[in-house]
Amino acid sequence: MAHQKGVYFIPHNSVWPIVAAVSLFTMLFGAAHWLNDSAGIGPPIFFCGLALVIFMFFGWFGSVIRESVHGNYNGQVDTSFRMGMMWFIFSEVMFFGAFFGALFYARIFSVPWLGGEGHGAFTNYFLWKGYTSSWPTNGPEGIGGAFQIMSPWGIPLINTLILLTSGVTITVAHHALKEGHQTRLLIFQALTVLLGAFFLYMQAHEYIEAYTHFNLTLHSGIYGTTFFMLTGFHGLHVTLGTIMLIVIWFRCKKGHFTKDNHFAFEAVAWYWHFVDVVWLALFLFVYIL
Amino acid sequence: MAHAASQDHHDDHHDKPTGLRRWVMSTNHKDIGTLYLVFALIMFFIGGAFAMGIRAELFEPGMQLMQPYFFNELTTMHALVMIFGAIMPAFVGLANWMVPMMIGAPDMALPRMNNLSFWLLPFAFTLLLSTFFLPGGAPAAGWTMYPPLVLQGGDGVAFLIFFVHLSGISSIMGAINIIATILNMRAPGMDLLKMPIFVWTWLITAFLLIAVMPVLAGAVTMLLTDKYFGTSFFNAAGGGDPVLYQHIFWFFGHPEVYIMILPAFGIISEVIPTFSRKPLFGYKAMVYATASIAFLSFIVWAHHMFTVGMPLGGELFFMYATMVIAVPTGVKVFNWVTTMWKGSLTFETPMLFAVAFVILFTIGGFSGVMLALAPADFQYQDSYFVVAHFHYVLVTGAAFAIMAGVYYWLPKWTGRMYSETLGKWHFWLSVISVNVLFFPQHFLGLAGMPRRIPDYNVAFASFNMISSIGGFVFGASQLVFVAVIVHSVFFAKKKAADRVWEGARGLEWTLPSPPPFHSFTTPPVIDDSQLAHGDVSH
Repeated sequence: MAHQKGVYFIPHNSVWPIVAAVSLFTMLFGAAHWLNDSAGIGPPIFFCGLALVIFMFFGWFGSVIRESVHGNYNGQVDTSFRMGMMWFIFSEVMFFGAFFGALFYARIFSVPWLGGEGHGAFTNYFLWKGYTSSWPTNGPEGIGGAFQIMSPWGIPLINTLILLTSGVTITVAHHALKEGHQTRLLIFQALTVLLGAFFLYMQAHEYIEAYTHFNLTLHSGIYGTTFFMLTGFHGLHVTLGTIMLIVIWFRCKKGHFTKDNHFAFEAVAWYWHFVDVVWLALFLFVYIL
Repeated sequence: MAHAASQDHHDDHHDKPTGLRRWVMSTNHKDIGTLYLVFALIMFFIGGAFAMGIRAELFEPGMQLMQPYFFNELTTMHALVMIFGAIMPAFVGLANWMVPMMIGAPDMALPRMNNLSFWLLPFAFTLLLSTFFLPGGAPAAGWTMYPPLVLQGGDGVAFLIFFVHLSGISSIMGAINIIATILNMRAPGMDLLKMPIFVWTWLITAFLLIAVMPVLAGAVTMLLTDKYFGTSFFNAAGGGDPVLYQHIFWFFGHPEVYIMILPAFGIISEVIPTFSRKPLFGYKAMVYATASIAFLSFIVWAHHMFTVGMPLGGELFFMYATMVIAVPTGVKVFNWVTTMWKGSLTFETPMLFAVAFVILFTIGGFSGVMLALAPADFQYQDSYFVVAHFHYVLVTGAAFAIMAGVYYWLPKWTGRMYSETLGKWHFWLSVISVNVLFFPQHFLGLAGMPRRIPDYNVAFASFNMISSIGGFVFGASQLVFVAVIVHSVFFAKKKAADRVWEGARGLEWTLPSPPPFHSFTTPPVIDDSQLAHGDVSH
């Protein structure tokens, strides 16, 4: 009935949502036990949950792909998917907003107040005498010990160029898809994947350098906290984005997409551009300023 | 409308599953709506049981029943369960049931995600409620989870944080689904400014949810890393600030307050016109007022933090911005009253709850304006006056609106009339006891009784006893609510008409009672004069 004109499409019952709920619960239940270190049952439960989550993604997306390839979806379903992805990315923006907010608050308010600015004069005099505010800082108690920061003009600049280039390659791939050049599509999509992977390699390299040579760690006061949480969550999103790009590469190769109907490709491209924009904000506010 | 009769033959294209499969693997907006509503009712009683414990301990001064720490666990868990388990899922359940029917859609836009949104909730609450049995007990630092206090909790902290993550994912997916449904699934001719107000309020609420739930997720993630991974977000020694948490939390928290009241406004705006037999007064003003309230909710958060220490400019800005909210809210209250003006009123149970909502919510709104005054708030902060204020807007506001909505739509859902006698008993018992319960708390607060304490000065004894008696009666009255629902679903004999209420307008009343498994399988024809608020096109 889905292909009948003017008739709505409704998917059949599916087992995947409940699998998703159970697997997410298992994963978080294991993680909570792991954090509390109670009797070591945490890690196995966590990894069972994680495996289930991965299994669920294969199953759920697999069934959606089958339905899509069989032409079950009409234009209205396509629009619903587009709205879903768009608002999901908006929610991600707000999630990063919380961490950027923490960074700005620390730099504009809390660190200067600890140093005695504004109404922080007494705080500074009675609690943190002798602390002068500066950025970067690990706070009046120097938590984590003295550290050095990463220069923005080394790895971070290279990573900026990598991500900007990947934004170009994915656009070239998209145009190739719309014009029906299968080979060019696969090459440029593969290039995007490689650039994503290269970014992650560089970032891992940077983290190792920060920990081993610069004594810049997650414990390095508010600077280390905001540095690693912001770049870490971004790196996590690049990882997910790269996995999504790989999946799309295989789907391109299998010929799942047509010139006019390739929403999954576009959704991943949107996501990739979002990750790109977050990085530009990071590069500016975490590294340069 | 002719299409109503032609629904059924489409249905056999989809097998209607039965038993466990029907509920666990559902992609049906009505079944998922029912799951949400039943879940919310169960949570309402679990959270209610915690409240009974609180009121029993406060019945007399001195320590009677429990250790102070357990009392703190009860206040914290009462709030978390009621907010995230009862009020929010109840509204999502109502949206699931009603939005597709009101806009002429067959179902929600993303039915499988809809199922996941619901089924995350029982698991999330398993995580939360299990903390009672963990070393260190349940979270006891208040539902706002302020550091550093909350970080001093036991093993339960990690469970609390993951509970917030899971229920947050559930809310975000539910909200995305509602937005996609409203923007993409409307029948041709159902223009945005012809939608029922309930749909409008949910559209705006869904936007608020997507905007702020990720912020809460960020805030609790910072708590997680501060406790378990040695970060310094909220640690002044490392350059952080505990007040930072309060800013992030209330950036979520204040829109959250409107997430819990805007759908209530929507329900009341459906119920009052029906039983006044008049179109809603000022339909467009209602839409714009809702949007204004939503916008303002993002720029008032620090009125929860007046006493925490802010620059004077901040105090003034947040004070005036907060008071501005009274304007669009006032527009709504006047519109409801004007809708009733010279109407042909009858007072069935939904209307009784709606009228009580208008009066009692307004009382809660007024005490809100009092609290918005920064200099006065220094006196009210953390007193029982605040407790009275937010219970007036959440119990006689949000919860009463949910009850109005349940009574209003229950005959449509089940195809059978509920018992009006039992409904009226439920209403009068509730509305009297809820005022006995919460009104004296204003006096207690003004006299200086702090909130979140298990013991108090004997000077507060009599009002506390009155309040506790009101609490017990209110709690018991809700058993009547369960009786009404059970009776209506399983035992009632009187069939409900398609248009259950004489004055009801809107697409949902053109469907049979109970409606077919998939509401509209082909888009219905929109007749402007049959819309809930009359013809607003000119």
